[in-house]
Amino acid sequence: MGCFIFNSSIGRKLVMSITGIALVLFLTFHAVMNIFVIISPEVYDQICEFLGANWYAIVGTVGLAALVVIHIFYALWLSIQNYIARGTDRYDVKANAPGVEWAGQNMLVLGLIVFGFLGLHLYNFWYEMQLPEIMGQEPAVGSEIVKGLFQSPVYCVVYMVWFAAIWFHLTHGIWSAIQTMGGSNHIWLPRIKTISNIWATIVVLIFMSIPVFYLITNLLG
Amino acid sequence: MENKLINITLKVWRQRGPKTKGAFETYKLDGVSVDSSFLEMLDMLNEKLISERKEPVVFDHDCREGICGMCSLYINGHPHGPDEDITTCQLHMRKFKDGETITIEPWRSHGFPIIRDLMVNRTAFDKIMQAGGYVSVNTGGFAEANAIPIPKRIADEAMDSASCIGCGACVAACKNGSAMLFVSAKVSQLALLPQGKKEGARRAKAMVAKMDELGFGNCTNTGACEAECPKNISITNIARLNREFLSAKFKD
Repeated sequence: MGCFIFNSSIGRKLVMSITGIALVLFLTFHAVMNIFVIISPEVYDQICEFLGANWYAIVGTVGLAALVVIHIFYALWLSIQNYIARGTDRYDVKANAPGVEWAGQNMLVLGLIVFGFLGLHLYNFWYEMQLPEIMGQEPAVGSEIVKGLFQSPVYCVVYMVWFAAIWFHLTHGIWSAIQTMGGSNHIWLPRIKTISNIWATIVVLIFMSIPVFYLITNLLG
Repeated sequence: MENKLINITLKVWRQRGPKTKGAFETYKLDGVSVDSSFLEMLDMLNEKLISERKEPVVFDHDCREGICGMCSLYINGHPHGPDEDITTCQLHMRKFKDGETITIEPWRSHGFPIIRDLMVNRTAFDKIMQAGGYVSVNTGGFAEANAIPIPKRIADEAMDSASCIGCGACVAACKNGSAMLFVSAKVSQLALLPQGKKEGARRAKAMVAKMDELGFGNCTNTGACEAECPKNISITNIARLNREFLSAKFKD
């Protein structure tokens, strides 16, 4: 087998797809957990407490961080190679090819936006919840932080922009990962593209519903 | 039948050699018949340049019927021009308006260095083919073509992949300078058929290794290659190549 995940283009892309799909699965779980903050804040707090800084949550967090780091490292590596492969002279006129999605052409930029907001998100939540618990302090109550943060309409909008970037990233990412793993043919290519759109939309709508809920509740007073 | 004539402005990339710096030159060309092909229009331009004792524009062409894969040209932001599913030699001037400015650039990619003006060196594709794009099992003497039954669907799919003419429009269209559409079509046309299947693993590994070595980029599934391919080669070929390559590597 050698080390084809380092020294071949398809191997490097396989790493991108596997880490990408794993992150999508995490996002799906995260979204399902989040929705309880609206449905039942008590249940949400119980989930937060169940995860807390227990060994499995720590392992999960470290695993996730590793996935993110590997995904970004490979993304940058592939992008640099692609930039060089494009050649030194650029086209003077660049027209859009029919049927080429915008997201697919801008995955790096979208990824960087997602990553940038991730820093803010970790500061908003992880820094207040899991980190104090690891340090042996009392963590903040999850539902209270969510409520407090989304009192600010600015934060609601910031998070909505973030979710929009995630949506674009996922609509291309999910089917692209399946295609890279070889799971596509004439029949399945349109199917995996549709699955990709539906999955990304469901996950992002669940995430999106939370700031929207608080925005509307606050507006109605 | 009335022969409609148009006047156009051409912005053409001129570059004396692979190492020299190129630039755009602008030419006016009057009285171009809309029935003439794009390459006939360039012939007209070159005759005009020769009569003015200027260097003619160098561009690749051969069969002029869309099957040899020699013509290239990046016209107004599209490989093989604005029309769909055709090569530059099949493009006609009726696709352009009177007074239009047409920008003509060479394929731009690290894998295809410019030889001169609009002509690029595409021997990289030959090298990829030499690495494994063939069948080396002994198939014996002349045999009845239908001795090995092949389902129609498979035969059609292999034929679709084999319709790739290796022009390089996929690489030219790709923002990553990736040659995956070409390589995957060439792997697929053999991998689908019983004679080619036997060496599938070796072929996929050798051709991908050569493609990477020659400095082509990594495919990110944007689909620009498929959209601009004059032969409508599908990106499902790329998925097949990924399957062939990955299963070969995991078996090693």
